[in-house]
Amino acid sequence: MKDKKNVALRVLLLLTGCLCLLTGCHGQEGLRAFAVPKQFDQSRDYEITFWAKNDTNKVQTAVYEQAIADFETLYPNIHVNLRLYTDYGKIYNDVITNIATRTTPNVCITYPDHIATYLTGVNTVVPLEELMEDEWYGLHGSEVLFDGPAMEEVVPQYLDECAFEGHYYAMPYMRSTEVCYVNRTYVEKLGYTLPDILTWDFVWEVSEAAMRQDQEGNYLVNGQKILIPFLYKSTDNMMIQMLKQKDAGYSNEEGELLLFQDTTKELLYDIASHVPRGAFSTFKISGYPANFLNAGQCIFAVDSTAGATWMGTDAPLLDISEDKVVEFETEVRMVPQYDPRHPKMISQGPSICIFNKEDSQEVLASWLFAQYLLSDKVQTAYAKTEGYIPVTQKAQDSEEYQEYLSRCGEDTEQYYQVKIEAAKLLMEHVEDTFVTPVFNGSASLRDAAGQLIENTVKSVRRGEKIEDKYMEELYQEVQALYRLDQIKGENRLGIREKKELGELPMTAKGLLGALAGAWIGILGYMGWRRWKRR
Amino acid sequence: MKRLVAMCLSLLLVTGCVGCGGSPKSDSGEDAKSEGVMTYEEYEKAEIDTEVVIEAYVQAKQAWYEGQVTVYAQDQDGAYFLYNMACSEEDYEKLKTGTKIRVMGYKAEWSGEVEITDATFEILEGNYVAEAKDVTSLLASEELIQSQNQFVAFKGMTVEAAGEDGSAYLYGWDGSGQEGDDLYFNVSLDGETYTFTVESNLCDSTSDVYAAVKALHVGDVIDMEGFLYWYEGVNPHITSVKAAE
Repeated sequence: MKDKKNVALRVLLLLTGCLCLLTGCHGQEGLRAFAVPKQFDQSRDYEITFWAKNDTNKVQTAVYEQAIADFETLYPNIHVNLRLYTDYGKIYNDVITNIATRTTPNVCITYPDHIATYLTGVNTVVPLEELMEDEWYGLHGSEVLFDGPAMEEVVPQYLDECAFEGHYYAMPYMRSTEVCYVNRTYVEKLGYTLPDILTWDFVWEVSEAAMRQDQEGNYLVNGQKILIPFLYKSTDNMMIQMLKQKDAGYSNEEGELLLFQDTTKELLYDIASHVPRGAFSTFKISGYPANFLNAGQCIFAVDSTAGATWMGTDAPLLDISEDKVVEFETEVRMVPQYDPRHPKMISQGPSICIFNKEDSQEVLASWLFAQYLLSDKVQTAYAKTEGYIPVTQKAQDSEEYQEYLSRCGEDTEQYYQVKIEAAKLLMEHVEDTFVTPVFNGSASLRDAAGQLIENTVKSVRRGEKIEDKYMEELYQEVQALYRLDQIKGENRLGIREKKELGELPMTAKGLLGALAGAWIGILGYMGWRRWKRR
Repeated sequence: MKRLVAMCLSLLLVTGCVGCGGSPKSDSGEDAKSEGVMTYEEYEKAEIDTEVVIEAYVQAKQAWYEGQVTVYAQDQDGAYFLYNMACSEEDYEKLKTGTKIRVMGYKAEWSGEVEITDATFEILEGNYVAEAKDVTSLLASEELIQSQNQFVAFKGMTVEAAGEDGSAYLYGWDGSGQEGDDLYFNVSLDGETYTFTVESNLCDSTSDVYAAVKALHVGDVIDMEGFLYWYEGVNPHITSVKAAE
């Protein structure tokens, strides 16, 4: 009888154990947290992958390749495989896919918004503060085989942009912002004087004034049948910057989504009012701003400083045939402002994150390579390819970079005026830049911000009536499209707080029921034994 | 009675003839469009940003991506570029070369490429595979744009250097890409050079055409087929390359 009781107890415990294991399977099973090894094992060979983004620019590809070659000379036991992308979104999607199969790259160019999503995996991304501060292998560490920057030499603001949830999950690699590339010749032809700081009112007014046509349908300002005076490349940035300038909500540090409010509607109405005559359009709807600008078909082209080499009559990179390029004077200005005394513009640009691996030595090898990307040689070489600025004060102050800036306009290649002016503009206004809060879902919110503008502009072009009902439906549609309704109430790590989750699925109910039953059985059995002893 | 039988037989014969081929052609040689569906001519005349409903036949499709597909479609009279059309993975598998579809969307123009965007579709009965139209002689003419998006052929063109190093092709437009990216190569005819592309979303690095372009040498004379895509000028998406006949 005693044996039978023991068997029953064992079965019960086994069942409970199995259920616990089953429950555990549903949770996220991740890698162990990374711990910095005491020493880097140089007796081994390492193969690491680096997913990099370039702006469809072969000079940038060459900089990456040279950086890898130089690094491998310093560390012959570390081999770096480069995979190139031209789109942050594609990197993001591929990383998400590879997290599931544990085939993430070792080092990856990315946006902090994207890292917030990667962090939903357990120990997927390596927090970098311990590595940065490591006496031997950290920034400017004693065992590092190259002259990298010390932590205090990384521009603090840029480093802060990579910090969230109390950790540095990335290091800045390059910084850029958005600027407005202006056809000054046409602005003046229309009778206006180009101000140092553009206001939205000025840009809208000039754009509307430019829409006058002759009897044949040619625009008076350019004598052509095509003209989009104001073209915006990234409408997500457009909405984010407009809201920031108006001190209106977009999101906050707690991960609350504040985008879908009245100021946003007012901005959309304002934008919509400039669409019917064709004064405004977007990259997604019409094409690259640079192509229209260079063909004399655009007056205000807003794009990244990282697109500066495509802008202007003498642009070194060109996507239209040379016979279509029009002569005009190009000026670089901050994006339009609501309050020119307190300008605000977005800080953007690639950052570097390191993915965790089972082998901490491999992670350390990855870290050494990532750190190498901050060395002066790489920083200055890459910054020169576009309107980027180095992220270390050391590189910014270097003789080589200063000389580069001083030679602005000497040629239309390396010293292309528009490119260097775009970089200078950012350097002079670092304190006017801002970033948006990072949380799980912030990447989707950014997409939604742009989608609101894209949909509104398309709707106006298609003859739809833009009114309150339209706006309500637009908000609902965009929230559903980016599943923003599902991330409401999540905190920054994506942990649900007070969100109504709805009814549990049957399998979960069954599992919980069985667990409860098992515990009742255990407690009942123990109670029965105690009662029997008495 | 005999007359009645004869009439019935004639009717059956006519019905049989129309039905057996599965051909989209009506007696007049034109596509039979459903009610409310535009002819190609009507589509061509439609303003940009207006709603359009067309029926056409899939000639090729790009890779499925996040619930969307880009399709090269054509009917007897012209071609359509269906950009990022809403499509489930299940429906994507049903889209074969020749599949007839009805598409509802908006006519748009992006960098010179006339396309249908924000589109949805349904699959219909019917099949048509377009023959490649030889547009070699039209390359330098303004007439070429009238064949935009069609399945076309280019014959006897000479491969020119694509990169500064004399290579015959580039990964990406300027060589900034790598294996798996779009291939760009230059071909000339009568002293004019044109840039053609192997769009990797249409023909990936495992495709025959991708390998064929990578095997090209400057000076090779080749015949090509592909779709007459437009990006700030003619920029065909090439699907086959072989030595000139």
